[in-house]
Amino acid sequence: MKFTFKRGVHLSYAGKEATSALPVREYVTDYVKLPMSMHIGAPSEPCVKKGDLVKIGQVVANPVGPLGIPVHASVSGEVTAVEKIPYLMKDPVTVVSIKNDFREEWVELNPLGSVESVDPSLIVPAIRDAGVCGMGGASFPTHVKLSLKPGQKCNVIIVNGAECETHLTADHRLMLEFPQRIVDGLRAAMRALNVENGIIAIEDNKPDAIEAMKRAAAGRDGVHVYELKTKYPQGGEKQLIEAVTQKQVPSGGLPIDIGVIVLNVATCAAIADAIIDGMPLIKRITTITGCVRHPANLLLPIGTIVEDVIGYLGGFPEEPGKITFGGAMTGLCIPNMQIPMMKSTNGIVVYNEREAMSMEEGPCIRCAKCVHACPIGLNPYRIKVEADADRLDAAMKLNVMDCMLCGCCSYVCPSRRWLSASFKIVKEKLIRQAKGGQKA
Amino acid sequence: MMNILFAVLVLGVLGLAFGLILTYAEKKFRVDVDERIGKVRACLGGANCGACGYAGCDNFAEAVVKGEAKPNSCPPAGEKGAKEIAAIMGVETSVEEKKVPRVLCSGRAGVAFSRYRYDGYKNCAVADGLAGGPKMCRFSCIGLGDCMDHCVMGAISIVDGLAVIDYDKCISCGECAKHCPRGAIQMMPVSQTVYVNCRNTDNAREAKSVCMSACIGCGRCKRECKYDAIYIENFFAHIDPEKCTRCGACASVCPCTAIKDLINGLPHRPNFY
Repeated sequence: MKFTFKRGVHLSYAGKEATSALPVREYVTDYVKLPMSMHIGAPSEPCVKKGDLVKIGQVVANPVGPLGIPVHASVSGEVTAVEKIPYLMKDPVTVVSIKNDFREEWVELNPLGSVESVDPSLIVPAIRDAGVCGMGGASFPTHVKLSLKPGQKCNVIIVNGAECETHLTADHRLMLEFPQRIVDGLRAAMRALNVENGIIAIEDNKPDAIEAMKRAAAGRDGVHVYELKTKYPQGGEKQLIEAVTQKQVPSGGLPIDIGVIVLNVATCAAIADAIIDGMPLIKRITTITGCVRHPANLLLPIGTIVEDVIGYLGGFPEEPGKITFGGAMTGLCIPNMQIPMMKSTNGIVVYNEREAMSMEEGPCIRCAKCVHACPIGLNPYRIKVEADADRLDAAMKLNVMDCMLCGCCSYVCPSRRWLSASFKIVKEKLIRQAKGGQKA
Repeated sequence: MMNILFAVLVLGVLGLAFGLILTYAEKKFRVDVDERIGKVRACLGGANCGACGYAGCDNFAEAVVKGEAKPNSCPPAGEKGAKEIAAIMGVETSVEEKKVPRVLCSGRAGVAFSRYRYDGYKNCAVADGLAGGPKMCRFSCIGLGDCMDHCVMGAISIVDGLAVIDYDKCISCGECAKHCPRGAIQMMPVSQTVYVNCRNTDNAREAKSVCMSACIGCGRCKRECKYDAIYIENFFAHIDPEKCTRCGACASVCPCTAIKDLINGLPHRPNFY
């Protein structure tokens, strides 16, 4: 039996073909910039200064606040600058630049041993110290997700191997090449929270990955592999829960309210690295595809500059129009080529001028395609009316805060209306209002 | 003949009966409407812009007559309207000087350096959230027209990537200033005809690296000013409207042409871009 959620859209996955059969290669860059805001929450505080020599895995920034995670050096060498650069978000971000000396000097790692023998109470602190955050895109600190408040009970941990975005194959290759790591990471998380059930959910357009994960999970108690029907946005946390458990997370609630925790496959592998090898999160698999001469899946040190890695893959065959971190639906545009990748960058997708061109916005023709596409069951066309008129209260009543900006409505709209983009602004304004800031 | 008389009679009686009912109802259910509401309403701007904070002009006129709103809180009515309303209401009112919106950015295309080419949802707030906007300067007018969308009078247009306000149409309601995500439009007294057309408070090097026309806080204007009306703070020149005599001397020496003088016009210099 195949599982799925209600509504959603069917995308073209032709973009995945370029990289889905290519094995992961490692590329070590000679210069990294480590952003301090790679996770949700307060930016980390740099604890190195210009001229310091750092080793691989050394902490270069300390966590700040309850949602903070440390940042580790991903190459060894000299710190050349601690400066502010414009990044993906509104405000500039502090980055620590390190010049690689290629000596491959590591700090001393403290492995906790195999998953069976490790003390469960040590797992979550180890995950925090390794700087693990959600690697699927939202970059929520994993140790916070795995720290239950009193009264909360987790019944099942779901591992998200859906990879429903276009173009991306990083998780697919990870599942094919390191299935054991993912299972180990899942079991470590299950052991830390004393959970009986772990489900690895994969969409049926990756049969080889399902096969590999089933083989790796064989003989492990409580670890199951579920096959899902391919549909976007199946990799969205709440949609995945609906697909696997047939239960819905209440509006405004968190998955833990119905006893579920969702982890990305790459996050699971990072947890396994942190527990078994004591290795902090300093490398990740990233798909670089689209309008690039040699698309590939690369194992990159965190903080690799986009220009550097695209140069390594032969540059652009034609003039690029747009580059996003992540796939076409939820990816974030980058403003220039000097931007470093972060922990949650699962893909760098380059579009040519024609693909990047945006369409003229037309009037709403009341076809209700957006209503049929919205995986949460909102009325996007009505929210858009309120959003354009800046009526925040009315938009709030239409549950705009439940919108997760998957972009399904904008994708299906025959008038090419900027639905998702305007909801993002409304959500930001509402959050600012709730925080007591001035009415925007 | 009888038929006609009968019809006239019936209609006459009916008319009389309904007339009596209406007369009774008029006396019994009469609601006294303050005639001042209509008079106050006639003095207002009449655009239902919402600048007063009420739902519309009628709502505001009612509030004024009830004494909830002050006679001078309709910006479109201005000084004249406020005085008329005060006369109707028989109260004294202090009339503040009319304020008009000014776009405090001179970074039009070619003057302000661009960070990337923006081709997406035409909304300043969206572009602002994307790596700090398509223009390098974080104080600049983004030029995608959030103010234009909210202007009830259609007084704003975007020219060369800058919002331009048509003061013949503008009724000074202040909606544009409210909806600018950067606060690049500010309400200023109408008599302040000499002002710094920039908001960049970064140091000279950073300011100059993002825009050719940014105020760098060099102090030329301060030295030129004979009335001690200019002070430099955070690498930015502030003009004190109380002391300023609108002579325009500062505008003519600003090396960045960041000071605007609306009366004497722009400085005439050979290399002026």
